Amino acid sequence: MELLIVFISALLINNFVLHYFLGICPFIGVSNRLDSAISMGMAVTFVMTIASAVSWLIYYLILVPFRVEFLEIVSFILVIASLVQVVEMFIKKASPPLYQALGIYLPLITTNCAILGVALISVLKEYSFIETLVFSLGAGLGFALAITIMAGIREELEFADVPETLKGPGITLITAGILALAFMGFSGLIK
Amino acid sequence: MSTPILSIITMGSIAAIFSLIIAIAYRKLKVKVDPRVEEIFSVLPGVNCGACGYPGCQNYAEAVASGAAPPNKCTVGGAEVAALVAKIMGLEAGEVERKVARVLCIGDREKSVWTAGYEGPQTCAAANVAGGAGKACSYGCLGFGDCVKACPFDAIRMNDKGLPVVYEEKCTGCGLCAEACPRDIIVIEPIEKRTYVFCSSHDSPKRSREVCSVSCIACGICVRLSPEGLEMKDNLAIVTDPEKVSDQAIEKCPTKVLFKI
Repeated sequence: MELLIVFISALLINNFVLHYFLGICPFIGVSNRLDSAISMGMAVTFVMTIASAVSWLIYYLILVPFRVEFLEIVSFILVIASLVQVVEMFIKKASPPLYQALGIYLPLITTNCAILGVALISVLKEYSFIETLVFSLGAGLGFALAITIMAGIREELEFADVPETLKGPGITLITAGILALAFMGFSGLIK
Repeated sequence: MSTPILSIITMGSIAAIFSLIIAIAYRKLKVKVDPRVEEIFSVLPGVNCGACGYPGCQNYAEAVASGAAPPNKCTVGGAEVAALVAKIMGLEAGEVERKVARVLCIGDREKSVWTAGYEGPQTCAAANVAGGAGKACSYGCLGFGDCVKACPFDAIRMNDKGLPVVYEEKCTGCGLCAEACPRDIIVIEPIEKRTYVFCSSHDSPKRSREVCSVSCIACGICVRLSPEGLEMKDNLAIVTDPEKVSDQAIEKCPTKVLFKI
């Protein structure tokens, strides 16, 4: 039950894009087409889960015993950057079609602050290893959900009569704001 | 042990372990790519203009190497690059049609009518949104030089009367200027085509005459004299076949917008 609450809360209530406003760059940048948005969402979920698991291990097995917890940000960035590199090489070798689909988004993920955010927050909330896994999976799927909804709306917006000055990023940011308001409706879901 | 030394050791060893992992992974997971992609990429101009229909030179190189694209799509590099690419691929190059940009408006600051001042952002895109910066003709060149800024080859410049001039010898026909122009008065055409109606206005004859002294007033004289070389479309004469435009038609154009350069 505890795990379910952690999952749902990361997925919907404290959605990383629409509640914490983390990872806005790919959220705006890669959401103009539905298929690429879904690929990006999946890639982020994948990297997010692995990165926070490894970060958790580094934090509790290395940083805490040596009493150098203040190094968490630096070391987590290191973890994420190297992990993305390895994952990219691995996918390129193991599954070329998947690499074709995700390839260009993987390097983008290195600089996605939502990933670092998940790793830092799970340490901040003192989650156990299993809780961290569930939390990061929920957060990743939450990102995927938000970017997919956004891409769906933006594809429809192509046909809307948007005022000239608001075309492009303008209307996208307004849409993101309204979407965030809608997600506020989930805030009463769990007490 | 003191904290600074401890943190250096910790970070250092974490970094060392990760770099080792990456180094091993790089060795183990290296994927062989077609060496021709690199070769083709190195002979391409590398300006990523997109004239070939691919997002950038790298994508075009991959497409050529996989056989999906012909070697002569690069208009920037022209025949020279096509020959090199074809040599790498072991193919015949085929002809590259050389294209250049043409500006279809000669209504400069002196010849066209300006009805208001404009002090907003000095770009064509902004001026166009703001109602055309006071230029009475709603089809003609605004003269802020968005096309000049878009050109990566320095092949288009503003003259002293506020009209862009294309330098044929530098122009590669990539089409970035045509894309930048908010009024779509720049066309990309084969270099051999030299006869144009240098006006883009679809205004009524009366309006055209009022706003600019060098506009097509849709009188139809040229079309009558060379019916096979020109056609009248929406108050604007368009050259369809430059070969069939007679000298007489050029001579009789009352506003002198039909000519050969």
